[in-house]
Amino acid sequence: MTKRFALGVFDDEDILLHAIDNIRSAGVKIYDVFSPYPVHGIDDALGIERSRLPIAAFFYGLCGLSFALWLQIYTLGFDWPMIIGGKPQIGLPAFIPVSFELTVFFTCHGMVITFYTITGLYPRFKTPVMDVRSTDDKFVMAIELDETSSAMPKLTQLLRENGASEVNQKEMTKK
Amino acid sequence: MQHVSAIREPLVTGGKTLHDVTQDICYQVEAKPNIRWIGAMSVALFFLGIFFYSVYRTLWYGIGEWGLNKTVGWAWDITNFVWWVGIGHAGTLISAVLLLFRQKWRSSINRAAEAMTIFAVICAAMFPVLHMGRPWLAFYVFPLQNTLGSLWVNFNSPLLWDVFAISTYFTVSLVFWYTGLVPDFASIRDRAKGPIAKFSYSMLSMGWTGSAKAWSRYETVSLILAGVSTPLVLSVHTIVSMDFATAVVPGWHTTIFPPYFVAGAIFSGFAMVLTLMLITRVVFKLEDYITLEHIALMNKIMMVTGSIVGVAYITEFFIAWYSQVEYEQYAFLNRATGPYWWAYAMMMTCNVITPQLVWFRRVRYSIGLTFILSIVVNIGMWFERFVIIVTSLHRDYLPSSWAMFSPTIIDIGVFVGTLGLFFTLFLLFAKFFPVINMAEIKAILKYTVDNGPTYSNNPGHHAPATITTVTPGVPASAPVTYDKHD
Repeated sequence: MTKRFALGVFDDEDILLHAIDNIRSAGVKIYDVFSPYPVHGIDDALGIERSRLPIAAFFYGLCGLSFALWLQIYTLGFDWPMIIGGKPQIGLPAFIPVSFELTVFFTCHGMVITFYTITGLYPRFKTPVMDVRSTDDKFVMAIELDETSSAMPKLTQLLRENGASEVNQKEMTKK
Repeated sequence: MQHVSAIREPLVTGGKTLHDVTQDICYQVEAKPNIRWIGAMSVALFFLGIFFYSVYRTLWYGIGEWGLNKTVGWAWDITNFVWWVGIGHAGTLISAVLLLFRQKWRSSINRAAEAMTIFAVICAAMFPVLHMGRPWLAFYVFPLQNTLGSLWVNFNSPLLWDVFAISTYFTVSLVFWYTGLVPDFASIRDRAKGPIAKFSYSMLSMGWTGSAKAWSRYETVSLILAGVSTPLVLSVHTIVSMDFATAVVPGWHTTIFPPYFVAGAIFSGFAMVLTLMLITRVVFKLEDYITLEHIALMNKIMMVTGSIVGVAYITEFFIAWYSQVEYEQYAFLNRATGPYWWAYAMMMTCNVITPQLVWFRRVRYSIGLTFILSIVVNIGMWFERFVIIVTSLHRDYLPSSWAMFSPTIIDIGVFVGTLGLFFTLFLLFAKFFPVINMAEIKAILKYTVDNGPTYSNNPGHHAPATITTVTPGVPASAPVTYDKHD
């Protein structure tokens, strides 16, 4: 499916942040903003909700900890109990290091895999982008247009007024 | 609000614009390799050859190729292992601990330092694996069921903790590093001309577009990764030190080992970061990004950790005397005055005296002196591990089994070879990957005070007042709230 976008190109993050505020209060829905680096305050300006990844990370960590404790207690305590240096078979203090490491291992990898999955990051042969300069030095605001691009003249004016250095139109083929 | 004091030194000099950053850092990725890079690579490959030959000898003829004997069963291999792992720690310290402490200056060195971590851990891992003698059975260290029954690994052993610590450390550092690289790969991808470059950087950048939502998640992920990496990096060298501290060998059986080893690791790691960065900034002309200020700051961390190490050396001696344990006292006297006195003297000079020179401002800001110091510290830290390991082992409880250790040519070959392996990997990284985190530098660019010569030539970039002239419609005093995140 092909979608049309009005692209407002900005040179500065502060101008961009004001533009987002003004354009949203003018009742225009912003499709997305592309920037070369994380612009602080953009989440609030765009109304992006706080990511729930930390909660996911906590549960991955919990899984790691449970797995580590199960592994050590089951193998050394039940499956093949051994007396090592006259110490208790289930010696929890000795299990702390491995439990900690596996907690970190699960937290980190679980969270990173989740991040790549939900953000749709996977190796691609070709990456279509709205404006190639958005990974260099420009901040690009994309506003979705309808079939006829009827809103284009109005949007151009709105973006210009709010400090966009150029306004372009782009068609993107989305799966 | 984010305030940057006017008296703070700028983090990036030369009045760079956002585009300049992309240009400067992508330059060496896009340009043909220069003659200095080819020269360095040839030397690195030569040493890599030595590595392969030494490993071949070790595997074909066995561990007998090394200078180990019945008394000194651990020597160069474990020395090198601890040395390399320690070097890696500075990378994580820069990428994680300094991120949590919001030290913005880390931005220009974190990428290369993390790369150093990963390559150092690869080099470190060679030694325990080769010391197994039969590395193809290396999977025995993992908790897998034995083919003959369910005999498991011993979770009470620090050597096994090490397996978990090092594998977690390596994989976590790798994904942390890679996740940071994704946006920068996207920058290279969007500039790429040739089809091969376009294809490879598209694959590497995984379809990154820099959308606001993605950045928001990216920042969350970075913060949590930093949060888990911080205790992780401390745990790794703690566990490495427990390989020794939980043994009953005098000279090893010491409770101060964990903090002492962690400080030593950061000390040697920063020395290696300095060595690498001083070369990188010259070879790739990155003096505007890795400034004298960065070098001075790294020197200061080196001085602090070096002093902690110095205090630890003295504490060990005091405790040996204070404990009134004859064997403990002998182990330390033997260290300082026994047949390995020269290694001990080397360690004391390089690690205790050298970092104190950094108190002088002239030393801290001198590139030449810093470079020499960083090499000296690396040598000193290698000797520290050698002293701890070999002098504690070579004269044990039974005088009839006392022995000396001397390395064979293969011992030396494996060690020198890992240096080759390390530099080969680092040079490949420096050529094909962006050596400086472009996205992070761009993010701090606006907030670093910059009075560079080109300042007035870039209106609208550094001085907020010029925004009014560029954009009518935005009030000059418009409130911008950064306090939510920073």
